Amino acid sequence: MAKKTALYDLHQSMGAKMVDFGGWDMPINYGSQIEEHNKVRQASGMFDVSHMTIVDVTGADAADYLRRLLANDVARLTVKGKAMYSGMLNDNGHVIDDLIVYLMSEPHVSGEWFRVVVNCATRDKDLRWMAEQAARFDVALTERPELAMVAVQGPEAIALTKTVLSEFRQRLIDGLDVFQGCESEGWFIARTGYTGEDGLEIMVPDDEVVAFWQALADAGVSPCGLGARDTLRLEAGMNLYGSDMDETVTPLQSAMGWTIAWEPETRQFIGREALEAQKAAGVPDKLVGLVLEQRGILRGHQKVIVEGLGEGEITSGSFSPTLNISIALARVPAGTGAEAMVDMRGKQVPVKVVRPPFVRHGKKVFS
Amino acid sequence: MSDIRNELKYVSSHEWIRDEGDGTVTIGITDHAQDLLGDVVFVELPEEGSEVGAGDDAGVVESVKAASDIYAPVSGEVVAVNEQLEESPELVNSDPYGDGWFFRLKLSDASELDDLLDAAAYGELCEDEE
Repeated sequence: MAKKTALYDLHQSMGAKMVDFGGWDMPINYGSQIEEHNKVRQASGMFDVSHMTIVDVTGADAADYLRRLLANDVARLTVKGKAMYSGMLNDNGHVIDDLIVYLMSEPHVSGEWFRVVVNCATRDKDLRWMAEQAARFDVALTERPELAMVAVQGPEAIALTKTVLSEFRQRLIDGLDVFQGCESEGWFIARTGYTGEDGLEIMVPDDEVVAFWQALADAGVSPCGLGARDTLRLEAGMNLYGSDMDETVTPLQSAMGWTIAWEPETRQFIGREALEAQKAAGVPDKLVGLVLEQRGILRGHQKVIVEGLGEGEITSGSFSPTLNISIALARVPAGTGAEAMVDMRGKQVPVKVVRPPFVRHGKKVFS
Repeated sequence: MSDIRNELKYVSSHEWIRDEGDGTVTIGITDHAQDLLGDVVFVELPEEGSEVGAGDDAGVVESVKAASDIYAPVSGEVVAVNEQLEESPELVNSDPYGDGWFFRLKLSDASELDDLLDAAAYGELCEDEE
């Protein structure tokens, strides 16, 4: 039996087409994925992302624990509510999962409180790994399955969300920096997202989320499925765990080098030695963007051929509704320049190699 | 529930066939097929004047989700292709049995039409898939 979020019945009544997503019955679209995509780029859309796993990390050693567990350094979170993106690596430096961690309490007080959001498909192995690593620390890991999560994204997202919230919460939202969240009576409102647009991700108790979603819909926010979420994140050049990286590659091979906090050198995070060794030996490949300037659609697992260097593979590929051409992320040999070929259904087709993102705030950003 | 038209014939690979009564047939993909594919973004059609055999690859339809081959349900010569699909591939989603048609064939063996599924048989096939 697939798991259902608190919004399941409402999705059905709004015409959602449901598919299995990591063991959850989730909306893939409410009619047209492309229309939903365009709504988010041009106005606002909302996504049920309640399937994602929320874990609170508390206790005297919470910061020390996360500084060991994550490749990025939570000591850099110096403002209450600030968020950070990080990989969680194994001893080989390979990516167990990618995640967002929020500092929930005041910084640098004893017994900080962090909130970690990990992927749903990786929940079981993530929780097992986190619990194993917690053994040597004074920390408590508390999953928060009673919290639903709604992402409201797009240029009009924040303004429309404010219209359905109390004046107090409106002021809280006005005070949020990009990549910052705040607590409010069991809710957590954060200015984060996975679309390349401004917007909010809001954790809401299950028993309040139906009314919240309905209010947003009444205010004119378009319900969007996970199909549009995927093309939006691809345009934004954001990795998808399981497609663009997994336990066979390191962050250095996954365009996630910026998420590794090498300083201070004394911080022994899990995977550090392996990453240092890989860096010293030379990273064999890299994750890049591909653009197809002719008709056709790049797809995951298509072979990429780089003359003189060897082969790579597309990790995510789709049609870009904003650019009206096909784009992809691909892992290619380290020395790859501006051009490559892709084997598309038996035909070799030239593609441009670019540095993602492809789209930010509704506009093309690569050259 | 997807729309299945009684006046059309079908094949299990989800193409529909309309007998135009003049020795030609029009071919497209069914409502069920477009629903499975999601938003269609690109359609590659056979060349006008080319010959196709029953069951041959005759093109590709690409959606946001997947690429899918189009098969010729019967043999014949391609006498027309729907050029509108180049600019407006979304017609396959919005009007699969009308403006979203793919190509027209001049039949080389009209008896092949007898091998096609009728609406009831195709409806059962779709239900079995669900």
